[in-house]
Amino acid sequence: MTAFSKFLSGSALGLALAVTSLPAGAATPDNMLVIANRIDDITSLDPAQNFEFSGGDVVGNLYGKLVNFDPLDLEAGYQPDLAESWEVSEDGRTITFTMRQGVTFQSGNPVTAEDAAFSLRRAVKLNLNPSFILTQFGLTVENVDDMVRVEDGKLKLTTDKAYATSFVLNCLTANIGAIVDMKTVMEHEADGDMGNKWLSTNSAGSGPYRLVAWKPNESVTFEANPDFYQGAPAMERVIVRHIAESATQRLLLERGDIDIARNLNPEDIAGIADMEGVKIGEELKGYLMYFSLNQAVPELAIPEVRQAFKYMVDYEGMANSFLKGQYTVQQNFLPRSYLGSVDENPFSLDIEKAKALLAEAGVDGLELEIGVREVQDRMEIAQSLQNTFAQAGVKLNITVGTGAQILGRYRARDLDVYLGIWGPDYPDPQTNASTFAWNPDNSDEAQLTGVLAWRNSWDAGGLTEKVEAAVVENNREARAQMYRDIQAEFRETSPFAVMFQNIEQSAMAADIEGFTTGAAITNAAYWNVTK
Amino acid sequence: MAPFPRWATKTGLTLGSIAVTMLGLLFVTFMIGRVMPVDPVLAIVGDRASQEIYQQVYQDLGLDRPLLVQFGLYLRDVMQGDFGTSILTARPVAEDIARVFPATLELATLGTLIGVVLGVPLGVIAAVRRGSWIDQVARVVALVGYSMPIFWLGLMGLLVFYGILGWVGGPGRVSIFYDGMVPSVTGMILLDSMIARNWTVLRDAFSHIVLPASLLGYYSLAYISRMTRSFMLEQLSAEYVTTARVKGMSERQVIWGHAFRNIRVQLITVIALSYAGLLEGSVLTEIIFSWPGIGSYITTALLSADMNAVLGGTVVVGLVFVLLNVLSDLLYKVFDPRAK
Repeated sequence: MTAFSKFLSGSALGLALAVTSLPAGAATPDNMLVIANRIDDITSLDPAQNFEFSGGDVVGNLYGKLVNFDPLDLEAGYQPDLAESWEVSEDGRTITFTMRQGVTFQSGNPVTAEDAAFSLRRAVKLNLNPSFILTQFGLTVENVDDMVRVEDGKLKLTTDKAYATSFVLNCLTANIGAIVDMKTVMEHEADGDMGNKWLSTNSAGSGPYRLVAWKPNESVTFEANPDFYQGAPAMERVIVRHIAESATQRLLLERGDIDIARNLNPEDIAGIADMEGVKIGEELKGYLMYFSLNQAVPELAIPEVRQAFKYMVDYEGMANSFLKGQYTVQQNFLPRSYLGSVDENPFSLDIEKAKALLAEAGVDGLELEIGVREVQDRMEIAQSLQNTFAQAGVKLNITVGTGAQILGRYRARDLDVYLGIWGPDYPDPQTNASTFAWNPDNSDEAQLTGVLAWRNSWDAGGLTEKVEAAVVENNREARAQMYRDIQAEFRETSPFAVMFQNIEQSAMAADIEGFTTGAAITNAAYWNVTK
Repeated sequence: MAPFPRWATKTGLTLGSIAVTMLGLLFVTFMIGRVMPVDPVLAIVGDRASQEIYQQVYQDLGLDRPLLVQFGLYLRDVMQGDFGTSILTARPVAEDIARVFPATLELATLGTLIGVVLGVPLGVIAAVRRGSWIDQVARVVALVGYSMPIFWLGLMGLLVFYGILGWVGGPGRVSIFYDGMVPSVTGMILLDSMIARNWTVLRDAFSHIVLPASLLGYYSLAYISRMTRSFMLEQLSAEYVTTARVKGMSERQVIWGHAFRNIRVQLITVIALSYAGLLEGSVLTEIIFSWPGIGSYITTALLSADMNAVLGGTVVVGLVFVLLNVLSDLLYKVFDPRAK
């Protein structure tokens, strides 16, 4: 027996000694930026394919574009990047870009108009998820070689209609507008894929960073481009590590093992807010939380009923309790900071008014199914809606499922009510207007499954034409006013109850300067960061 | 006279049973994946895709064909080592598994070692000193191990040993500065750093693995020690033990030489099951400690309808169970002459 006891004590002592002699964590080096983020949504880093939130942050730091945003002055709108200047033809259909001279890719190859033409053509020809951002200008696999061409060393982009220049240029700031190194990419072409497989895990850009490695669900490592035309970034190495848990991100930040934690929940933000050496950055993002009413349900198609539902939501109550710090009230389909966005939020919780509207419509004892993804904040919102709807006499049955399950039913027009988020695809008002307030064919056969109005069986009526008019209006202020008017009508008549706009709170070491998550309009930028 | 030697027949039967088990596993998993109310096409094309693109991908994936034909085609590819491409990582599933499985193998092996080294003696002592304070302590240790949520225990462990005391490394397999410093040979960072003779990385990697491995080891210990105690109690009440004591054998000989020898076969089953359970991937532990193992890989894939990844991961987990079964059978023969 003594032997057993000795063995046990020895084991315990050995383990304790081994553990206590281990080193403590150290602060990150001065020239290295370490970020904790959830990056398990990345599926490809090819700009022609990448269309996920965290993947966008990666691609945005690897590539230059014809035009881009200045991370330190996002309000200024698009600015010249690899294109030094541009001119619009008289008929408004062709934009001629003059390329910036002396810029090179990380391979050493010069950035030319040929590379720009190749990049845009490639994105159209590959026809992957984000390609619609370019094909909406009438570019097709068949005509793109003519519509995007090089003449006299300049890039010419011709569209099928005279769209607002701001619309076209805003779209070119999206990651699909990234300019890739034609020579390097085509050296890695396999089976006619225009280098897609290789570029999914490598980079060939002229941006501030080059990709060292992407380990799925683990990390992304960047190395600074010393020849970046705006000057070499201060952070020579950037590592984004996949840390799923908020509490774990907080611990890492407190220990100084990371510089920025991007996914802290409100409790952890509150817990760390007063800590010495840590500061909180807050930016409005583009994602909108909304619920929508399927117009195929006869009762929901009555205008008074649609209005009534907008008074059955405790907007302020949710924003000031479990959504505090994550969402702010926004009842319009354009996120704040977008061209034409408005701050008017006329609806508030008013059960009596909702009841009166339902009575006016002659609707009583309504029972509906709401579909929601298994995400904490959405389930909590659904519960709040269930509670306030019940006060107005509407019974709401909550169906929780995976994203694919719920989206599948939503796209099939199979849900009475859908609760979810929508993020803009590119930084132009058309991105949301063309899905919330545009539906040219409401028939089942049209199968416009990508259009939110269609998914809710909503014939947007006159709004469809107004959206089509706004996208070709070249006067910027007139265009902005058109979107304000469209939203005013949309708020009152649509079956959408837009409720909140997302806020991203990032906790970071106090010495970090110049970091932005890109707000509502673009991606996170690392090249201006100093510490 | 038999046409084949006995060993060849036995080996053939074993391999045949493995093949049938794996085929059954593949079939069931494949069918569950196809009838699950998730949409793999939507997972690929995304929320915004038009119906045209949706239909195109639907056909590209062969989902318009009969289920049995789909399974036949999948089986043909698997036989050639092609598990398809993961939607989530855009890489071949085989490549993904080769990356994530060693991480789990390393963690589970260390966890099981801790569980066995501490759990078996604890169980033996608890049985020998039944009702004593040490038995009570072992009972409480096991009870806590069974009932404490691993998620909470993991976070508390991180908070105390990493956050407050700074005794161990944080989440991840190695500190960020050492990431990629040793070439991946086995995929297991402890072994790779030894192969590269990079003792700094080895030390750092050990500081990162010790906490999650101890946590898994604790759960393993709880199970192993209770089972050991139960097996030992049965043996210690047997007549041959009383006889041995009457004959004047020392307690050490009675316990180790007789009683313990007779529970080895049962213990092998318990340890193999515990090890297989950890190799399956302890999802919550992997999430808390940002450990890129097979558990979190399969879970993430499942939630995203990434069926190629789910199927590939399931095959590996199934294979682990089958191989550990075979290994247990072999060890039975070593420890129990009757099984030969």
